[in-house]
Amino acid sequence: MTELATSEIMEISMGPQHPSTHGVFRMDVRLDGERVVSLKPVFGYLHRNHEKIAENGSYLAAIPYTDRLDYLCSMTNNWGYALTVEKLAGLAVPERAEYIRVIVAELTRLQNHAGMAGFLLQDMGASGTPLMYAYRERERVLDLFESLSGARMMCNYMRFGGVRVDCTAEWLRQAADLVSDFKGFLDEFEQLLTGNEILMARTQGVGVLPRDLAINAGVTGPGLRASGVNYDIRKVDHYGVYDRFTFRVPLGEHGDVFDRYMMRTLEMRESLKILEQAFRDIPAGPIMDPKARLRGLRPKAGEAYARVESPKGELGFYLISDGTPNPYRYRVRPPSLINLTVLEDMCLGHNIADVVVILGSIDIVMGEVDR
Amino acid sequence: MTLGLTLGEISSRLQSELPGCQVELVTNGSPSAQNSLLIDRQHGLEAARLLRDELQLDYCSNATAVDWPQYLEMVYHLFSIEKKEGPVVIRLRTANRTDDVTLPSLTPVWRSAEFQEREAFDLYGIVFAGHPDLRRILMWEGFTDHPMRKDYVPPPEDEP
Repeated sequence: MTELATSEIMEISMGPQHPSTHGVFRMDVRLDGERVVSLKPVFGYLHRNHEKIAENGSYLAAIPYTDRLDYLCSMTNNWGYALTVEKLAGLAVPERAEYIRVIVAELTRLQNHAGMAGFLLQDMGASGTPLMYAYRERERVLDLFESLSGARMMCNYMRFGGVRVDCTAEWLRQAADLVSDFKGFLDEFEQLLTGNEILMARTQGVGVLPRDLAINAGVTGPGLRASGVNYDIRKVDHYGVYDRFTFRVPLGEHGDVFDRYMMRTLEMRESLKILEQAFRDIPAGPIMDPKARLRGLRPKAGEAYARVESPKGELGFYLISDGTPNPYRYRVRPPSLINLTVLEDMCLGHNIADVVVILGSIDIVMGEVDR
Repeated sequence: MTLGLTLGEISSRLQSELPGCQVELVTNGSPSAQNSLLIDRQHGLEAARLLRDELQLDYCSNATAVDWPQYLEMVYHLFSIEKKEGPVVIRLRTANRTDDVTLPSLTPVWRSAEFQEREAFDLYGIVFAGHPDLRRILMWEGFTDHPMRKDYVPPPEDEP
């Protein structure tokens, strides 16, 4: 009688310095051969207690710290926080500032999604080329941010009640040029990648996230929509002036890595539509609510929760004021952390090489996960 | 108004369907006017199930803790993806800040609370009964304090 070969479970600590973990993130993976039998994420390497820092400072002082949450998308972080303070203190935002916010937020989405697609391909072994093309375009967005806010990534640009500086007509012209060129880049990028046999083989049917699990586990953003759930906070809450733009919400069918990749490319095309409409319609006028007191803001006692559709998902802020100049409670609802809740479910039964691809398709930034 | 119901109506629904469940409306003085429901902790889990299954609050977005002088509090922001409405805010309170800090875990109802409740356990010291994997999440194993509490004193810096 021949004995069946038995395999032993092997434990591997993947990260925190592994290049595919997108920062200092670690996974305790248990493997049967190459197959994943359990996966526990380990957090905290980048924890600096962002919330405590913000609670110890004034409302204004927290804005530059929000830049450092998802450090690729400081503009949308600023917006989420500004929106919450505006809700808490009852501040209005002038029209022009609302349009500028939409423009910088959609530019942020373009550079985030381009970078995400580039990194995903990099993780799959397409070394260099896709990421380099994506970063070439991202560079132009960052140049725009630099000329607007003075900083490429840590923009610290929005204020409750408006934005910090106005954009010039020349800046808008440059941004419009970028948008018209970006279409060509997307066509080229998709021609290179979307129909690529290796990309399809590595991503289709991998890391499937069922619709009900996605909702129950609080997955938001492109990851939720890839599972076929029509939920985009720009459409649901109509925050800012998003109700004035015509754009569609792309939805996936299979909820696999390929769909999550496709969501990003399709969303970039929708962002371009929003940007074109914003350039056409942006009105002249003030950029700050004259009633907004930036320094020494003391909102009435109470609380507010507000959220934006950041490129990663639902970025929410929850503030409690006790009437003093600093928030009694300051909370960030980080999409990157909560989207990782289902990482193990998506990876079980797949090969270790697929874990890298699945993690890449969630699109995390550790500055936001660990805070 | 959410889900065609006011918070008062949701509250009386909870009280009529769950005998003994105490629900209190907590008003919010800020212009956001986001009022909330304070649910007694013995009925927290049942109330959460009812909110999810019968009022279609299928999505728990934000779950976080607050340190008040007399007690610790969990705040959950619930939305309905099905009906595209929300938030409905519910709160659960511990008896005090020291020895009776247990609350029911709502992770069995909404898995999105899993990491967020671990965070509240780690940073605030709330113990969640029924949580599948209650461990520290951001601080390291062996750390004993809860740094988000208002009376937390950081250790003196030992390096120059």
